[in-house]
Amino acid sequence: MSWILATPIIIPFATAVLAFLFRHGPEGRWLSVLGSAGLLVSSIILMLTVLDEGVIAAQMGQWPAPFGITLAADLLSAVMVVITGITGLAIAIYALADVEQRKEQLGYHALYQVLLAGVCGAFLTGDLFNLYVWFEVMLISSFGLLILGGTRAQLDGGIRYVTLNLISTILFLSGVGLLYGMTGTLNMADLHGAVQEVDNPGLLVVVAVMFMIAFGVKAAVFPLFFWLPASYHTPAISVSAIFAGLLTKVGVYSLIRTFTLIFTTDIAYTHTILLWVAGLTMVTGVLGAAAMNDFRRILSFHIVSQIGYMVLGLALFTPLALVGAVFYLVHHIIVKANLFLVAGVARRIAGSTELGQIGGLYKTAPLLALLFLIPAFSLAGFPPLSGFWAKFLLIKAALEEGGYIIAGVALAVGLLTIFSMTKIWGYAFWKPHPAGLEPRLSRLSARDRAALLTPIAALAVLTCIIGLFPEPFVQFATRAAEQLLDPQTYVQTVLAAAPEAGQ
Amino acid sequence: MADTGAEVPRLAGGPAGWVSILIPAALFAWFAQFLGPVAAGEVLLIGFDWVPSLDIRLEMMVDGLSLTFALLITGIGTLVTLYSTSYLGAHPEYPRFVLYLMAFMVGMLGLVLSDNLIALFVFWEVTTISSYLLIGFTSDSAKSRRSALQALLVTGTGGLALLAGMILLGQAAGTFSLSEILTMGDAIRGHAHYDAILVLFLAGAFTKSAQFPFHFWLPNAMAAPTPVSAYLHSATMVKGGVYLMARMTPTLGGTEPWFWALIIAGGFTTVFASVLSIRQTDIKQVLAYTTLMALGALTLFIGVGTSAAIKAAMVFLVVHSFYKAALFLMIGIVDHEAGTREVGDLRGLALKMPVTFFAGALAAISMAGIPPFFGFIGKEFLYDAGLEAETARIWITGTIFAASVLMFVAAGIAVARPFLGKLPERFKDTHEGPWTMWMGPFLLGALSLFFGIYPDIPEVWMVGPATDAVYGSDVDVDLYLFHGINAAFILSMITFAVGLVLYLAHQRLRDGLARIIAANPIKFDPGWDRTLDGLRAIAEWQTRHLQSGILTRYIFITFATFAVAMAVTLWWQDVLNFRLDVANELEGLLFKHWAVLLFITAGAILAALTRSRMTAIAALGVVGIGVALIFIMFSAPDVAITQLLVETLVVVLVAVAMLKLPHLHVRTAEPHRPHHALLAVAVGTVTTLVMVAVLQGNLDLRLTEYFNETAYYEAYGSNIVNVILVDFRALDTFGEIAVVVIAALSAYALLRGTRYGTIREDGEALRDTVDDAVLPDPAARSADGEGRA
Repeated sequence: MSWILATPIIIPFATAVLAFLFRHGPEGRWLSVLGSAGLLVSSIILMLTVLDEGVIAAQMGQWPAPFGITLAADLLSAVMVVITGITGLAIAIYALADVEQRKEQLGYHALYQVLLAGVCGAFLTGDLFNLYVWFEVMLISSFGLLILGGTRAQLDGGIRYVTLNLISTILFLSGVGLLYGMTGTLNMADLHGAVQEVDNPGLLVVVAVMFMIAFGVKAAVFPLFFWLPASYHTPAISVSAIFAGLLTKVGVYSLIRTFTLIFTTDIAYTHTILLWVAGLTMVTGVLGAAAMNDFRRILSFHIVSQIGYMVLGLALFTPLALVGAVFYLVHHIIVKANLFLVAGVARRIAGSTELGQIGGLYKTAPLLALLFLIPAFSLAGFPPLSGFWAKFLLIKAALEEGGYIIAGVALAVGLLTIFSMTKIWGYAFWKPHPAGLEPRLSRLSARDRAALLTPIAALAVLTCIIGLFPEPFVQFATRAAEQLLDPQTYVQTVLAAAPEAGQ
Repeated sequence: MADTGAEVPRLAGGPAGWVSILIPAALFAWFAQFLGPVAAGEVLLIGFDWVPSLDIRLEMMVDGLSLTFALLITGIGTLVTLYSTSYLGAHPEYPRFVLYLMAFMVGMLGLVLSDNLIALFVFWEVTTISSYLLIGFTSDSAKSRRSALQALLVTGTGGLALLAGMILLGQAAGTFSLSEILTMGDAIRGHAHYDAILVLFLAGAFTKSAQFPFHFWLPNAMAAPTPVSAYLHSATMVKGGVYLMARMTPTLGGTEPWFWALIIAGGFTTVFASVLSIRQTDIKQVLAYTTLMALGALTLFIGVGTSAAIKAAMVFLVVHSFYKAALFLMIGIVDHEAGTREVGDLRGLALKMPVTFFAGALAAISMAGIPPFFGFIGKEFLYDAGLEAETARIWITGTIFAASVLMFVAAGIAVARPFLGKLPERFKDTHEGPWTMWMGPFLLGALSLFFGIYPDIPEVWMVGPATDAVYGSDVDVDLYLFHGINAAFILSMITFAVGLVLYLAHQRLRDGLARIIAANPIKFDPGWDRTLDGLRAIAEWQTRHLQSGILTRYIFITFATFAVAMAVTLWWQDVLNFRLDVANELEGLLFKHWAVLLFITAGAILAALTRSRMTAIAALGVVGIGVALIFIMFSAPDVAITQLLVETLVVVLVAVAMLKLPHLHVRTAEPHRPHHALLAVAVGTVTTLVMVAVLQGNLDLRLTEYFNETAYYEAYGSNIVNVILVDFRALDTFGEIAVVVIAALSAYALLRGTRYGTIREDGEALRDTVDDAVLPDPAARSADGEGRA
């Protein structure tokens, strides 16, 4: 069954090619939906396989590890791919009513699918250089999406985005080179063993810090997050949403992967840095959100702040903390993408995302208000929604470790998150519309309504399910965290996977 | 009580109204079945696992305390929802109102019934959220929105503290189950974390129950519709904190810090609130402040913790719920029918609204503590307990005396003023409210009398079992109306006398208070606004500096982070402990290497020094080509081609973007250039150091050897690099090809797209450009703007 590992990469790539060929007609967007559905199906099969067989690996080109490139999936990889499938499909449906035809003709759907392929590739690869390649695929396709339409704000945001991300790319690539120079391998499972034997363990920590900065830019942690609030509010809503959901999380995933599998030789040093980074990211991000007055800008800063929580889980490096980090990742992607989707509908019917210019959504668009409240309160950590459990796990983990200050910071940031989130609620929903407009969902055509609201509702339902029935998700995250903390199975599976079993 | 709605076929509010009445009524009936077993001393646990891996169960613990609360919640809930059908049934958002109210009720029930700390917290927060939505129900009003946010943030802060406290308590006890935790009081009180746990729990309880200095949100919460005030902000939710303190008494209570924290906060709140209640002119506000006072008294007596005090607190809890809900509902009817709640305007409505008056009078007499009402018993017990207290007796008794006097006055203001006296002309056509509205206050008022005459009933079924549950062992609870002529009775008589005098003089008193309050510089409500303003100012200050909108600064910080982190790590890890033979290293370089090196260096220096952006981009292109040349020299032409393509694309994109910018001038001011130069040198230095350090080790050539061995015989290629690219690492190559294709596609889209953007045929383009300032502050706008370069 290890061929299944390649399908989440192949399907979106194939879809991209088809969608590009049919970009002038309505087929393109339906192909995108179909391809995303295919991705979701393949990701679910992948997940079932991993649940059934444990870690799975496949050697691309049938060259044995560590000589070729290995694709591998443990529970973390599998769940990240599933969540990519879910958000990918949701946003592909949303895009049916959101992306203008002229952007479609410029290749929107192809770029979107390549982005999904890049994200899945990053989650599935077992090879550090290959991870770099997927980063590049993601970077270039996301840049294309970001500037699609070519307004000045977009280009401006795009430049900031691409410039700062290229710095990350440079550091990542340098790090890969240096690490290869020290260990002679690029296979992550192989690296796990090889780093134990390097001549100069201190130098390994230096290289680890280099990776930390490279992934830190991608994950948008303090003080490296500038590109995110500078660009996420500029493109089409669908693009903002997929970025918000997935892009930074690839950075977090990479941090988790490398700092559990490879860079664990001096945890006291590296993970203490991560703890500081986590705290500062939470605080600066949420203060940024508190200072903003635009729907999407507030949400963008919230991403930064929430990344801090995930990094906190990694930094504490206890079983429970990693459970929290994994749970947080999954919860956050669903909720955050959904909030951007809601912002898009709000803009469509109320005219703007600038909070001073809109209002009245609560009175005349109660359904949208409900669909906002669920992810918003979930993000703010109110029970019984998914975000509460994520936060609970992390705070419990911090308190168990005696991390009283960081637990206090996490709680205080939770309060500020509520504060900044209610700003959106107060201004966009409760406050009357300043122009006296009555924003109603009925202003949208029935087709648009269906395309826009179905994914929002589905993601909201998912949030509620995780919130009300957290047990299976906690159990899953627990198993995933166990695999991360004890990577022996991962290492053995990757290194032992017989080439014959591949493809 | 359970079937009050069932006799009438038509109800304002429609199906939502029916549902809203039937749910609490059915729950009331259901809980009533536990009265027998609980009165017999049983504790029932009913529930199931929720998140077993985190030790979280959804389990009801039905004992005297939780059952008393559950009956009050559902009983008063039934009356309030019945009332709401007339009060709000015609409101377009009535169904939403019902939804929030039901969510609240579920939350409140869960709060008082949960056996599991974390489940308790979940419900605790449900009440917070539903209260937020209910206070902000009149969402058009800025005042409502402000009050809702204030309540949310104040109680939310406490909630988060409580969560931390619960986790710590769970750790200390090894379980989240309350029924187990309640049995290990000594272990918890002796635990190293006891003080922290106590502070965190009290932060939760004090904010929820509006104890000083967190009291200010509660009077503002009266912006909510009156049934909400009656239900949430008087009878139920605000007692959540009181419940928590009562519940935790066997575990956290009985220590010095507990005692002093509760009696000081509770006592101060009691006096402070009862004085302020006299100051109000809006009767709803008068009642709001007396609610604060009641919460203070409950906190105070839970803090005292003697069996008499706990008994008094439990009696007063029930007493207060009855009369206060009744009075809130009463003033709601007056407001509904007469259109005002101002004590100065209302007069002589007794004949116009006889039933409402009657119901209100019953409740007010109970509140004033006049026999034979239930309120009298409550007051006597408070006095008894105060006089019996071993520590701080004068403080406790004095507090309760002052509060009782002022309650007497407040009761008079709330009922005597609006109903007695001569009817003004403007209320000539005012008439009685519908039965759905007066039924609630009437029943509650009547019960206040009934329980006063037959105190055995509440004693056996509610107060007795509740006291046992809080005190932790059997307490002899014997409620009776007449205690004999003892100290408490004499105090009561003095209370009435002083109260009557103050009532008659209360207008002068109010004016005097107003002057004193106006002179007092410490104001909590404006202080709240200043706190939020301060928070916003800090947030904006931080964000303006951090997210400055200036790309060069972002790049600077990013590289500076890199340089500092690397330097510190190099030093900390003591990596640079090797010797380098420079001469030997340089010997191996050929002329072409020197040439390319020179080429790249020249490009880099030109890029750094030029004033023209175009030259800079071109110079960077030179560097890129130089790197491509290195790839070629070291036998990697395929990589070199990719490098060239990407390099070219970047140059093109950057150039296009720059052409779109309004002015082509070098933004970097002269004074910054030395910093940038310094940083560039630092980054170069640390990178070189790391590289040199890595090169000191031996390269493990496993991969190279494997490729050598297998490239020809297994992969059938004689050029190893080619084989690596198209076979060993074909997936990388595939990815890179995708990068190149997407890069081309993006460039195409960009060039086509910008043409549209220049024409600005869509509104979005215009809008995005116009309002693209990060912060509203005009001072920030010049520095900022992800939108300006």
